[in-house]
Amino acid sequence: MSKSKKSCVTIYTRYERFWHWSQAALIFALAFSGFNIHGSFSLLDFQTAVMVHTISAILLIVLWIFTTFWNFTTGNWKQFLPFLDIRAAKGDKIDTLLIFFLRLYAVARYYAWGILKGEDHPFHKTLRRKQNALQALSYLTFMVVIGPALWASGIVYLLYDLWNTSANSGTILMLVAFVHTAAAFLMVAFVIVHVYMTTTGSTPLHYIKGMITGVEEIELTEVERAYLEQDHPERLQNDKSPSC
Amino acid sequence: MPRFLFVIITALIFTGTPAFATGEETGGISEYKNVKPTDEKTVVSSKSTADHTKFKELQGPFADGPAVTKACLSCHNKAGKQFMHSLHWTWQYKHPKTGQILGKKTLVNNFCTNARGNEGMCSQCHAAYNHKGPDFDYTNPDNIDCVVCHDQTGTYYRTPATRGHKACSVMFEGQKPIQWTKVAQNVGKPKRANCGTCHFYGGGGDNVKHGDLSSALTTPDKSVDIHMAKDGLNMACQDCHVTSEHITAGSRYQMLAKDLKGVGKPGKRRQAASCESCHGLSPHDKVSGLKGIKLNGHVDKVACETCHIPEFAKGGVATKVDWDWRTAGKLKNGEGYNIKGYTQGNGEHRKTYKSIKGNFKYDENVKPVYAWFDGTMRYTTIDTKFDDSKPVYINSFSGSYNDPKSRIWPFKKMHTIQPYDKGNKTLVYMQLWGKNDAAFWGNYNFQKAIEYGMKSAGKPYSGKYDFIDTYSWWPITHMVAPAKEALACAECHKKNGRLAKLSGFYMPGRDNFWWLDLVGYLMLAGSVLLVIAHTLARIFMKPKLSDHEGDAS
Repeated sequence: MSKSKKSCVTIYTRYERFWHWSQAALIFALAFSGFNIHGSFSLLDFQTAVMVHTISAILLIVLWIFTTFWNFTTGNWKQFLPFLDIRAAKGDKIDTLLIFFLRLYAVARYYAWGILKGEDHPFHKTLRRKQNALQALSYLTFMVVIGPALWASGIVYLLYDLWNTSANSGTILMLVAFVHTAAAFLMVAFVIVHVYMTTTGSTPLHYIKGMITGVEEIELTEVERAYLEQDHPERLQNDKSPSC
Repeated sequence: MPRFLFVIITALIFTGTPAFATGEETGGISEYKNVKPTDEKTVVSSKSTADHTKFKELQGPFADGPAVTKACLSCHNKAGKQFMHSLHWTWQYKHPKTGQILGKKTLVNNFCTNARGNEGMCSQCHAAYNHKGPDFDYTNPDNIDCVVCHDQTGTYYRTPATRGHKACSVMFEGQKPIQWTKVAQNVGKPKRANCGTCHFYGGGGDNVKHGDLSSALTTPDKSVDIHMAKDGLNMACQDCHVTSEHITAGSRYQMLAKDLKGVGKPGKRRQAASCESCHGLSPHDKVSGLKGIKLNGHVDKVACETCHIPEFAKGGVATKVDWDWRTAGKLKNGEGYNIKGYTQGNGEHRKTYKSIKGNFKYDENVKPVYAWFDGTMRYTTIDTKFDDSKPVYINSFSGSYNDPKSRIWPFKKMHTIQPYDKGNKTLVYMQLWGKNDAAFWGNYNFQKAIEYGMKSAGKPYSGKYDFIDTYSWWPITHMVAPAKEALACAECHKKNGRLAKLSGFYMPGRDNFWWLDLVGYLMLAGSVLLVIAHTLARIFMKPKLSDHEGDAS
């Protein structure tokens, strides 16, 4: 592997950041209106809550359709595969798993202990790998389990009036409501931990700033640097600044 | 407004006595008195192609009602036969689904209990002349009373066909004779006042029975009824209760609980009294967006009335909700009396005790009771044996979330404690009206009244009576509120909302899985605690960082 050097690089594209923040806003709106509908609190009247929830859901579905398209056309989808870079390095399946779990352990250990002792983060972002093992696994869970459980049950819920004449509609609705509520609790738990994790950078707002500007300090190989200089000079930030 | 209406009901006190204060007692048993006619302009310019004042058949003079009827039928030569098929005449209804024989001719209700045997009084609301008892000739068209429905002068009235005891006789007095020729010449389509003459006063007083049909609908404002509002659409009863060949649409015995047909073909009204027959099957504005679509999604399970009639007994006229017959028959100085213990919204005092009927409770602006309803009413008839350890439902019905014919409907639920046959475990007919010594209204003896009532109807009576709790269900369809006053979503979509008691389906906002919620909230609390603990650990262990300065980059 060629020699690496830390640099400030725009690693989150403009669309990625738009996706992240609009999705965040919609998820907050959905969680707030959703638990209002659920009866956890009554800050909005039911009708307003339902309208906010329905419109946010429709916008989020549209956003996800665009993002899925974006993820696949840009190849960004690979970022969510926990094993991808490991498999690229080694071929063996057992080794791949082992390496992944070692990395996962390292990150988990860091957050549980190392961070308190002031240790360095065991993972170093690269151009090809923006997420650590724990991040990749939790985002994958978010995108493969919690997200789909919510939108799949949500769409069925939303279209209730189209299928409620079927014989078991009462039971189905109950099941749909169960899945939707359970996934919503998981989503809120994810958001709580996720938001907290953003404060664990060098300063509490470091990661949030990065997600807004798109610029992060990553290790850049000479080859990558040359590629960026050649094809994407705008992504290379001024190296003179002490941090980004 | 026909004076009959005043004769029968509106009145609360004796002839000549001024208004009494709430709680005041009055003597006697009569609840009838003459009231001044209202200044309602009753002669409506007719768009008819005929001017009835010019017909030689209607020049009179007419000796009585049947003479007028003969004149009517001499031109309207199919009307007699048509009318004699209507429930207004037959007072009998064979239920097409249950096969039960229903109708006023035989049913027992939980108000004055039975018309059977008391026709002399109750037939004031039978569109017939000379209906003095059960042996009335239902085949003689001359006995049809055309003018009670068609009179446009407001001067026509009806009195009881027979006489009751002395104390009740005041209702015959002080009436100006009916001017038959004038009445016969001024006929037209029925107005609300015509129908209201009987239908506003069912159960023996203003709004006593239905709760959503009262004199407040004679000239209501929009908040009382958006369709009949005097400053709005001002619709007649038959604009909804479409009538053809004297058969009127709309039945409480077999209701259209869920109309799947909607409006008729262009220019052709269906003969149905449903909301959908005018408003269609997707009545909410779906063009304006999601709200309309979502509301239209409710119509398959929720009757229009459920959201659009948030309250009944509006407009200042109360309805009876509770009746206790056990206290009937108390006397003062050997005479029956009344206590006016309730003052309703329009300022009128209503009686809370009558010697002839017992104790009552009233209510106004009442929130309905809700239930799944498939439209078919089953009745406890005079022949039904029941378990007397439980309350008896005068009428009951089926319905559920899973039944595609059912919808959630609003009801008035009437509670009464009334006499029943303790030995045979059946309801009873009571002789209330009349001049004999069995008539309860004058003799105050339940045993005699029941014995006579049952015997004259040919029904068995064990000889032992007692009192039992009864309920009756009254579907609410009138007093539709303006759209902006319709129920807000959260009236039902909340814990302990209006539909709290309906089961068998999941309703957002009302229902949850308590253990899922418990696990969920614990998980969220755990996440927050973890975050707090981690934050504290980071803060308190921070000083150590300085010891290792240089390790961190």
